[in-house]
Amino acid sequence: MNTLFWRTVKGAIGVFTAFGFLFLIGPLFVIVPLSFNAEPYFTFRPEMLMLDPEAFSLRWYENLFNDEEWHRALFNSFFIGICATILATTLGTLAAISLNQSNFPARRTVMALLISPMVTPIVIVGVSVFFFYSQPFIGLAQTYLGIILSHAMLGAPFVVITVTATLAGFNQTLMHAASSLGANAWTRFRRVQLPLISPGVITGGLFAFATSFDEVVVVLFMGGLEQRTLPRQMWSGIREEINPTILAVATLLIIFAVLVLFTVEWLRARTAKQLQPQ
Amino acid sequence: MTTHVEFKNVAKTFDGHTNVVEDINLQIPRGEFLTLLGPSGSGKTTCLMMLAGFESPTEGEILVDGKSVQDVPAHRRAFGIVFQSYALFPHMSVAKNLAFPLEVRGIETSRRNELVDRALKLVQLEGFGSRKPNQLSGGQQQRVAIARALVYEPELVLMDEPLGALDRQLREEMQYEIRRIQEEVGVTMIYVTHDQGEAMVLSDRIAVFEAGKIKQLAAPITLYEEPDDPFVASFIGENNRLFGTVTHVGEALCTVDVDGHTIQAAQVAEDTSPGDKVVVVIRPERVSILQSDHSLSNSQEATVLSITFVGDHLRVQLDTCGNPDFIAKIPNIAGHGSVLKGDKVNIGWATLDCRALPIR
Repeated sequence: MNTLFWRTVKGAIGVFTAFGFLFLIGPLFVIVPLSFNAEPYFTFRPEMLMLDPEAFSLRWYENLFNDEEWHRALFNSFFIGICATILATTLGTLAAISLNQSNFPARRTVMALLISPMVTPIVIVGVSVFFFYSQPFIGLAQTYLGIILSHAMLGAPFVVITVTATLAGFNQTLMHAASSLGANAWTRFRRVQLPLISPGVITGGLFAFATSFDEVVVVLFMGGLEQRTLPRQMWSGIREEINPTILAVATLLIIFAVLVLFTVEWLRARTAKQLQPQ
Repeated sequence: MTTHVEFKNVAKTFDGHTNVVEDINLQIPRGEFLTLLGPSGSGKTTCLMMLAGFESPTEGEILVDGKSVQDVPAHRRAFGIVFQSYALFPHMSVAKNLAFPLEVRGIETSRRNELVDRALKLVQLEGFGSRKPNQLSGGQQQRVAIARALVYEPELVLMDEPLGALDRQLREEMQYEIRRIQEEVGVTMIYVTHDQGEAMVLSDRIAVFEAGKIKQLAAPITLYEEPDDPFVASFIGENNRLFGTVTHVGEALCTVDVDGHTIQAAQVAEDTSPGDKVVVVIRPERVSILQSDHSLSNSQEATVLSITFVGDHLRVQLDTCGNPDFIAKIPNIAGHGSVLKGDKVNIGWATLDCRALPIR
């Protein structure tokens, strides 16, 4: 009776998990086959379900690569994403290193401030950044720089958090050792600290890039026609002309996100291996 | 010999009121092996860290070759340092670890490789250059750490409990290794440890630390034979302690009353006067159990409480002069079997083998 009870519980948990996957991850996978739809609809037609080769096509992908607007959106997303990532990673890493020094004044408060963009509702961030940046003496609304700065602010908390986590496992005596061997502060950072915390830096950077890459609210407020990014373009695509090009973009974004996740996992495993004593 | 390193009235406080170390005065001649010995928290590592440049003295100054190093940052001091945790760079191979200080100094590749090879040979690790630190045993990592501290030929090497993480056998092996290397290279060595045996084996001189102060600074044999501080007497080796009051002071000798028993002791502090509280210390191996026809300048009655057979000697616990924990080490030679538990015996020791140390 006891085993029967536990078997039932296990079965129930299994069913629950299956539903969890179905409702959370399932919708994503529906998008993939639909993006190969030969017709401009968002639904599976009977031919597709019968796996008729005629019902599938790459036309939406072709469309994506031939269309000027999508081109620019793709370029904008990467340009803004990469710039914001470099900024967020550099500043976030430096911040994390200083915040991990025990003599840093008001450490917790500064840390909380740096992390706050992560928990502030994004609409509020969008509105406030827009009002602040459109002041005449700042004039950063509808500019690349404005969006890059806002995205860097949104991405930096991830870097601060991941680098702080890596620093917890970093042996500070190594810095003393390096300095006793004659290395100045910059050499110590470049040759000893940075290589050892690089998994944290890269992971944080990837998260920062992902944040910028699928951010739409700030771009809605801040971006002009010139600065439309992929999510912003999809947004208008859905509102104005419903066609499966959006699904092609979505598929590519899913693949991209999966690659990012794999990279993060791989880095994590590599660090664990490197630091493991034998 | 010229003075290499000097501590002048050095004091350090981290919180502004309690001194971690105070009144540290040390003169270390070039080429000496000096050990800072003391229990944990006695300030020895703090002294080393101040010399290394990772901490700065609150008061006083540290001189190297007669010049204050107050404003010299750690990376310009060019001392070799071996850390307790080895502090090898885990992402670099052994050879890269050794080459690091040479690269930083801009030494060209061929010369660099030569020096790295020589350092590896010095610590008997030829052929280990391409390994990563985590592929080495603790003892090997320690050798790499030593090689790295020596590879750029510093004149001063600091070691902070370098053998603390090793097992006993390896530790003893490495002690002789370190001494050999120090003699071979001829550097000045400042070594921190809490292990008095290690300090005795390695050092030319030992500074014994307690509660932030140097209690005695002397050669190992002097510390053992002529401790002039109660802490040193009990920290270095084993000592019997008898508390008493000085009754009479003679020339370099004094008479002490211990629980009604009169003891003749070598007098340590020159200003000792009758009425002073002192602790009389006697090494267990200097105590003999006297045959009836024999006498020494000190002889006392004692009761044998227990006898432990240790191998080369017998450890006899005696109750004498009001101390039920008085130990005598009797050499394992013919005739020792005559002493049995519960016996009343006469024990004795020479005046110069017991010292009266003032209690301050």
